[in-house]
Amino acid sequence: MKSLEELKALRDKMAANMGIREDDSDNIRIVVGMATCGIAAGARPVLHALTEEVAKRGLKNVTVAQTGCIGICQYEPVVEVFCPGKEKITYVKMTPEKAVRIVNDHIVNGNPVNEYTIGSTVK
Amino acid sequence: MENVNITINGMPLSVPKGSTILEAARLGNIDIPTLCYLKDINEIGACRMCVVEVKGARGLVASCVYPVAEGMEIRTNTPQIMEARRTNLELLLSNHERKCLSCVRSTNCELQKLCRDLKVDETRFSGEKTPSMIDDSAAHMIRDNSKCVLCRRCVAVCSKLQDVAVIGANERGFKTHIGCAFDEDLANVACISCGQCIVACPTGALQEKDQTKEVWDALADPDKKVIVQTAPSIRATLGESFGMPIGTNVEGKMVAALRRLGFDGVYDTDLAADLTIMEEANELVDRIKEGGTLPMITSCSPGWIKYCEHIFPDLIPNLSTCKSPQQMFGAIAKTWYAKKMGIDPKNLFVVSVMPCTAKKFEVGRDGQSAAGEGCPDVDVALTTREIARMIETAGLDFVNLPDEEFDAPLGASTGAAVIFGATGGVMEAALRTAVETITGEELDRLEFTEVRGTKGIKEASYNVGGLEVKVAVASGMKNAKELLTKVRNGEADYQFIEIMGCPGGCVNGGGQPIQPASVRNFVDLKSLRAKALYDQDANMPLRKSHDNPVLKEIYADFLGKPGSHVAHEVLHTSYVKRTRY
Amino acid sequence: MYRSHVLVCGGTGCTSSGSGRIVEALEKEIAAAGLSEEVKVVKTGCFGLCALGPIMIVYPEGAFYSMVKEKDIPEIVSEHLLKGRIVKRLLYSETVKEDEVQSLSQTQFYSKQLRVALRNCGVIDPENINEYIAYDGYQALGKVLTEMTPQQVIDTIKASGLRGRGGAGFPTGTKWSFAAASVADQKYVCCNADEGDPGAFMDRSVLEGDPHVVIEAMAIAGYAIGATQGYVYIRAEYPIAVKRLSIAIEQAREMGMLGKNIFGSGFDFNLEIRLGAGAFVCGEETALMTSIEGHRGEPRPRPPFPAVKGLFGKPTVLNNVETYANVPRIILKGADWFASMGTEKSKGTKVFALGGKIHNTGLVEIPMGTTLREIVEEIGGGIPNGKKFKAAQTGGPSGGCIPASLIDTPIDYDNLIAIGSMMGSGGLIVMDEDTCMVDIAKFFLEFTVDESCGKCTPCRVGTKRLYEILDKISKGKGEMEDLDRLVELANYIKSNSLCGLGQTAPNPVLSTLRYFKDEYIAHIKDKTCPAGVCKELLTYSIDPEKCKGCTLCARVCPADAISGTVKNPHKIDRNKCLKCGACMEKCRFGAIVKN
Repeated sequence: MKSLEELKALRDKMAANMGIREDDSDNIRIVVGMATCGIAAGARPVLHALTEEVAKRGLKNVTVAQTGCIGICQYEPVVEVFCPGKEKITYVKMTPEKAVRIVNDHIVNGNPVNEYTIGSTVK
Repeated sequence: MENVNITINGMPLSVPKGSTILEAARLGNIDIPTLCYLKDINEIGACRMCVVEVKGARGLVASCVYPVAEGMEIRTNTPQIMEARRTNLELLLSNHERKCLSCVRSTNCELQKLCRDLKVDETRFSGEKTPSMIDDSAAHMIRDNSKCVLCRRCVAVCSKLQDVAVIGANERGFKTHIGCAFDEDLANVACISCGQCIVACPTGALQEKDQTKEVWDALADPDKKVIVQTAPSIRATLGESFGMPIGTNVEGKMVAALRRLGFDGVYDTDLAADLTIMEEANELVDRIKEGGTLPMITSCSPGWIKYCEHIFPDLIPNLSTCKSPQQMFGAIAKTWYAKKMGIDPKNLFVVSVMPCTAKKFEVGRDGQSAAGEGCPDVDVALTTREIARMIETAGLDFVNLPDEEFDAPLGASTGAAVIFGATGGVMEAALRTAVETITGEELDRLEFTEVRGTKGIKEASYNVGGLEVKVAVASGMKNAKELLTKVRNGEADYQFIEIMGCPGGCVNGGGQPIQPASVRNFVDLKSLRAKALYDQDANMPLRKSHDNPVLKEIYADFLGKPGSHVAHEVLHTSYVKRTRY
Repeated sequence: MYRSHVLVCGGTGCTSSGSGRIVEALEKEIAAAGLSEEVKVVKTGCFGLCALGPIMIVYPEGAFYSMVKEKDIPEIVSEHLLKGRIVKRLLYSETVKEDEVQSLSQTQFYSKQLRVALRNCGVIDPENINEYIAYDGYQALGKVLTEMTPQQVIDTIKASGLRGRGGAGFPTGTKWSFAAASVADQKYVCCNADEGDPGAFMDRSVLEGDPHVVIEAMAIAGYAIGATQGYVYIRAEYPIAVKRLSIAIEQAREMGMLGKNIFGSGFDFNLEIRLGAGAFVCGEETALMTSIEGHRGEPRPRPPFPAVKGLFGKPTVLNNVETYANVPRIILKGADWFASMGTEKSKGTKVFALGGKIHNTGLVEIPMGTTLREIVEEIGGGIPNGKKFKAAQTGGPSGGCIPASLIDTPIDYDNLIAIGSMMGSGGLIVMDEDTCMVDIAKFFLEFTVDESCGKCTPCRVGTKRLYEILDKISKGKGEMEDLDRLVELANYIKSNSLCGLGQTAPNPVLSTLRYFKDEYIAHIKDKTCPAGVCKELLTYSIDPEKCKGCTLCARVCPADAISGTVKNPHKIDRNKCLKCGACMEKCRFGAIVKN
């Protein structure tokens, strides 16, 4: 460690891994249904894709969590996004590729990916 | 030196910057009572007797360690301070074995004096006392912690003056007591028996092992012929025990008192001191000529010898093999003298009066019985304090006794022997004889002033008949260690070194009359006492050991010449390596 | 990339209650479930809620499991970590409101707290320097070395109003400026981690949970005063803290945060650990330094003060662990931020070890100025068994008791002194109506009597005699004159002792005498102990109306003091009774009466 810049770079790198320990209710929460039905439908790769993408982009105010069965087993894997002060948006029949797009479009740019939402799928 | 302005009890005073309040107050003729304080040696602010009020300070402060500052306002005698000091004494008394009536230190006890000064004789506090643990394992002293006030003065002299450091505080809080590490017996540690702790003790917690009863018993035994020898320094200090000024030479009264105590012969260790010079000077000349181990180091002081055996065992070959004067006296008394007087040496009881507690240890060393096994050269070594006690017990009015002279034949001496009692004295005496022996010429001037004085380490170099003789003198083990470390590391090339166990030499020995800290802190005891010896030397007709007439007789009759086979049998000894822990 | 972090408390409290086994079981179960790549288990420092240990928190949900048992682990792993279903029944009940899981920070215990010194405790892995760095670790040191002069550092600390957290509350910046002003070839920075007050463990928790913060702060102090060497004096009875601090020093050295030319600034700083051997007095600054020097740990007179002549006779700054824990934050967030917390003369926060008769025993950090009532009733969750609050003891053996009438006192240095107690290092012991104040005074004094170093007379003998008078009173053998004697002797010890230990030792006596004198008088005049604690003043008897003659009491009595026949009322022989209370515990009919 030779300079303060070097230290700051290391901090930023490490901080990305630590974000999930924040007890901050202002965070955007991405929740993946991880009950037996979800896992069977492929929720695990989706979860991994989400956490990796969030980390890669160094998103500090985003937590990726898992939850149990939401009750719409036929649409699994299900991902819900909770933005503070906004309506919950539920994505269904997720894949890792779709997950990456959700992070890019919805979380980063603020544009929900309408085609994956439960509304458009059920229709 | 820069001064600061302060007020003490409202009185303005200008005192040197860096003074303590205690020192500043003395400049204003105010004596603040102390108990644990020993100047330069024990400045720890522990006993809290010397507390004073400093405006703005939280609580009272210990004046012995608190430095003055510009504008400081000090009070030394408010009711709160007096009450604090009284409470302090009451607390000390509440944990003190108050056997003051018969205590060896009664009337010479600093705690007792403080109580008298502050009018404390009862204590409001009573309770548990520290359990009494008496250590009488060592040959020379007794420690009774039930009279200890934990001033740590003994600990400080043991480590800071003597570099021996075998005692310290054990346990903590109310259970604190002074002892050796792991409460080991004093006899089993590297204590050198110097007794400096005893003379530093303000109370009766430390005292020499009193052997006066053995002497009284011998004196009362009709089958025993009891003779006494007195070390050179006793005449310069014994008067203090009877209230005489420090540095009064009381040789004549001392002889008179000993005679009145009933000794069959009152003799002088000085004779043996001269004898030591004869042997030691010969040994030195021999070592220089024959390429023996140099530097040669004197062996008069048993405290130093024990220190050397414990701490510098590698320098044992450097020690002179001469017995100490005390032992030489006993050896000659039980051989030549006994034969001459027709006494069976077994019935001859030799008492010595020494400035030294280590002499009690020395008496029992191996190889110190010239007249044969079971017949020690010296039977009992008393300290100056013990002989003073005997004189008191006998009811002798010491101060008004007439001046009397030592008995013949073992009372003959020279000025060279008298100065043995001060640091540098042995060196000077040896030089007087060695120079004349080597050069074969009489000295013009007998004073070797370079080796005089109370400095811890003295060095000098003399041209003796074309030969450069480098000498050094050290007293007190801390100084000795400094000097000997140089010798050990090859950084010094002396031929001859004098070392005395106690700082200042025998005049300041551990067996000498005890002066309270209030005197020790502000009076140079060592030089006042030494002056008495140098004055006597200057006025003596004979001032060189080889001029002692009785010695000439002893050599002619018995020993042959210095360093002879008989001399070796009777007057020389050997040493042992001892462990440090 | 882990999607979940499981933080298990590895502080001493939770380690004692078995958190080590919990970590092992977790790792085993997680591996068995194939989640090792997804879930990270982290052993952290103390969370503060020691009474609920072992403690475990699962992120990102922030689910707070308390009193976790090994047998619960498989369920937590399979339900929560695998399937995402939080096991609510195992959560700390305070975090479950109307079946909704709340974050820990919303609980009563945490909501009033403000974590500055403890901010990383229970959050990071103390054995991993990267996690410390992730939370801005060593940024302050970097800033100081590259952007600030030593004088600016001192000015910042001064302006923050930070005062020593070890007890006396001396302004830290001022202390540093004294040492900076001393000229010497060598200076030292020391950390006092010889936490000795009974029941206090905030310093231990900081060292266990966030050791790097102390290292960083000491390096900052070294830069400020011109010292290149530091020592942490830590008690050997803190093995976990010693281990983590050693690891942290090693890591800091490897990363160049200690050693030569830190951050290329030319500043060198090294740190070593010295272990204390369990003497309370070694928490006193001069005794601590004497001990580091290798001598018997005894205080020495001041002046000279350590800032002028300290360790090895050189200018030295000595601060306590919690004080240091505040320093990097002050550097990064600014003096104003710190000074905005607390009261006029006591800035920032203070960590307290909450103990005694209270629900939430543990570690709390509160802004200065929080009232005792808030701590006891809100954060501490009140007193168990519906008992009444009687007093709180702060400052350990140097402090005093705060009575119920002063429960609304805002806690800061000066207020505590004014009411006869002191901040001390932060022990806070809550006492209910069953506590005897004479007994409490005796308890604390017994501690100081034991721990006095024995150097000065007032402390060595004085505290012992003070204790003996108290003991006499507690046994019903006191006289009214003893009360005067207590006060006189206590005041004498206060103003005459050599060091802080002795100067404060009488505080427990003086403060209980001040607020609870009637209890002392009851012991002396009525020969009773109103709280029913002092054994010698108690008598046990059996109410014949209630006794059914079941003989149970007679059988448990160790002294054969109870006699009686089956189905007939029993009697206690007072001469034989040891007052152990065993009979009372056993009696099912409430027939044994103590008074």
